[in-house]
Amino acid sequence: MDLTVVWAFLIAFAVAAYVVMDGFDLGIGILFPAFGVGKERDQAMNSIAPVWDGNETWLVLGGGGLLAAFPLAYAIILPALYAPLIAMLLGLVFRGVAFEFRWRDPGHRRYWDFGFFVGSLVATFAQGVTLGALLQGISIEGRAYSGGWWEWLTLFSLLTGVALVIGYALLGACWLLWKTESPLQSKARTFSHFLTPTVLAAIGAVSLYTPFVEPRYFERWFDYPGLIVAVPMPLLVAGIAVMLWRSLAGKRDWLPFLLTLILFLLSMAGLAVSIWPDVIPGRVTIWQAAAPYESQLFMLVGALVLIPMILLYTGWAYWVFRGKVGDEGYH
Amino acid sequence: MADADTALILARAQFAFTISFHFIFPAFSIGLASYLAVLEGLWLKTGKETYLNLFRYWLKIFALTFAMGVVSGIVMSYQFGTNWSVFSDRAGPIIGPLMAYEVLTAFFLEAGFLGVMLFGMERVGKGLHFAATLMVAIGTFISAFWILSVNSWMQTPVGWALNDVGQFVPAAGWIEIIFNPSFPYRLVHTVLAAYLTTALVVGGAGAWHLLRRRDTPEVRKMFSMAMWMLTLVAPLQIFVGDLHGLNTLEHQPQKVAAMEGHFQSYPDGAPLILFGIPDSAAETVHASVGIPNLSSLILHHDWNAPVTGLDAWPRDQRPPVGIVFWSFRIMVGLGMLMLALGLFSLLARARRRLYEWRLLHLSALLMGPAGFVAVIAGWVTTEVGRQPWVIYGLLRTADAVSPIATPGVTGSLVAFVIVYFTVFAAGTIYILRLMAHAPKAGEPRPAEQPIRTAGITPAPSVDRRGGEADPAPDEQAR
Repeated sequence: MDLTVVWAFLIAFAVAAYVVMDGFDLGIGILFPAFGVGKERDQAMNSIAPVWDGNETWLVLGGGGLLAAFPLAYAIILPALYAPLIAMLLGLVFRGVAFEFRWRDPGHRRYWDFGFFVGSLVATFAQGVTLGALLQGISIEGRAYSGGWWEWLTLFSLLTGVALVIGYALLGACWLLWKTESPLQSKARTFSHFLTPTVLAAIGAVSLYTPFVEPRYFERWFDYPGLIVAVPMPLLVAGIAVMLWRSLAGKRDWLPFLLTLILFLLSMAGLAVSIWPDVIPGRVTIWQAAAPYESQLFMLVGALVLIPMILLYTGWAYWVFRGKVGDEGYH
Repeated sequence: MADADTALILARAQFAFTISFHFIFPAFSIGLASYLAVLEGLWLKTGKETYLNLFRYWLKIFALTFAMGVVSGIVMSYQFGTNWSVFSDRAGPIIGPLMAYEVLTAFFLEAGFLGVMLFGMERVGKGLHFAATLMVAIGTFISAFWILSVNSWMQTPVGWALNDVGQFVPAAGWIEIIFNPSFPYRLVHTVLAAYLTTALVVGGAGAWHLLRRRDTPEVRKMFSMAMWMLTLVAPLQIFVGDLHGLNTLEHQPQKVAAMEGHFQSYPDGAPLILFGIPDSAAETVHASVGIPNLSSLILHHDWNAPVTGLDAWPRDQRPPVGIVFWSFRIMVGLGMLMLALGLFSLLARARRRLYEWRLLHLSALLMGPAGFVAVIAGWVTTEVGRQPWVIYGLLRTADAVSPIATPGVTGSLVAFVIVYFTVFAAGTIYILRLMAHAPKAGEPRPAEQPIRTAGITPAPSVDRRGGEADPAPDEQAR
């Protein structure tokens, strides 16, 4: 068994888990100004207050796991994306403290609400930019990043930034649709109606742009065997989007969120198809960046036991707070 | 060349700034999480409402502290890569797995159960809720375990080999790497420091209320518990600190020489320099006040033992003396004050005046923040004392930094300073505000609207049992 491949999958899993779990936390932050001051905003916060910290921890696993399993990649990517990552970290500071601070200081609540919104927006946009910058390629010399200060900033990375903002917003709206009741739920439904075609357009735009960012993406998707995935993928995505649209009017409040999750997973699968087997797309393969066997093995033994445990007790925590957001939480 | 030096200093300043801010929060959370587990456990066992009220009181403060610890912590996990990429590449194979385990065994555990701990009291049974509190407390300890193992490996690296691309790869069992020579000492010393920090904060808060004559059962209980903790742990910590110092002498003698201010070696016994102004250029300590031979006694348990000074090493392998010398003294001095405060409280207890002796309360109040100052001073001692190495004896700090130009690091450093001062000052104010209320019967839960909100309910307040305004007439007779 190739441990490096296993670890590539685990890191991808951690990143995917982060995206879908913190995605809706950040999405709610992005939509926050549209919620009424008072009960609506409190309810929106209460729907994620018990779970946001655990959700965010997958980001630490993604980054820390990258350091541990693919240290060269970590050492090259992070300086390459210095500005977006610092922006993301600072955004996450404002997002993270907002939960407690806005509650403790009613006199300044609107400032911390604004911080929650801006922090979530900046963090999301930064993550999207990071994705785009990675896809388009970074300059490397030896074992270090050799590009300048602004290499990450292109039309493509700005597009991926915007796309992620729209995507997380949809995740957040669907989460609220599931977890709240009117009037907040109606607002969430309205947003989801608007965001679903917008997300579809965003996915389409990024998917169409990507093959032209780098020739090898073009080959990967439009040559055999990539074509096997390339043909059904847009149909699948469009199909799920239609189902999502129709589920918004339905009685099953959990369905839109599930379908949005599937959209995200399909998108991430598409990304994986594009970049496999690179960890730094077009530059460094997973094997070139891999930590030694002893390191990867030592971690794997624990990870195989611990990740299922984490999923179990995380699931339990979500189950404890199942159902519509009631009167507990901050109020 | 000069720009590279500037970029290096800025990167070091940024790391020092962010880690110092970050560590303040776990220094409090680790002890506080355990304290909360103790309080909830005592409530479950005895049924006494006092413990529940104290639990709810400190839970609110814990929530704030923990949130700040989390957001400042994520910054650290990414900063290894953004600003110290060469270190990350080269040390990643060894420290990476240790930090991955920190995430898998500690971060997820505390974050996963935090929601239930803060908000789930009505949703799960008492036993399950207590289990959640325990999981959070255990998570904070496990986190300390792994990260201190990483730091200790940087101080006393073992079990490594160099591969052909210059990475430090594991060449021994992982047990040997994790339990490297300085780890056990650093772990115990730091965890005890966390407990002491918490005891001092709780004691300081209790003292504040006692001074303001808000003498509720809750205030008494927490003051007493804190003073017991202090009395028992302060002397233990001094003992452990001494052992840690002796271990450091064995493995990082330059650090101890800097701590002691020993520029010259002393073949026949070295003085303990209490105060002075170290001068690295002139290699002497100006205006020094010392006790002859005492350093040899402490370090080697022999009045006349030779002590190696910094002259044994080339200049480019010596740590900065001034900073290390003084940060060490600040830490030890505060440790002595903590010991004294503990003894003072013992005396008060013997005279049955624990809750009445105002001088004791004033002392405890002044010592409230002492733990924070001591832990930062201690970390400065060990980290600046490790210089010029980032991995002791193997990799220099100057060679470990990311290729980020000065404007970039300047920008991020400025951003961190502004954001951290704004956000964490606010958080500290909110914590102080919470502590300014005395814990009392009917203490609100974290998510409940407190009965009194700033400026909304006029004084005299609705609930008089805490003696918030004037003590109720029947409480005045003692």
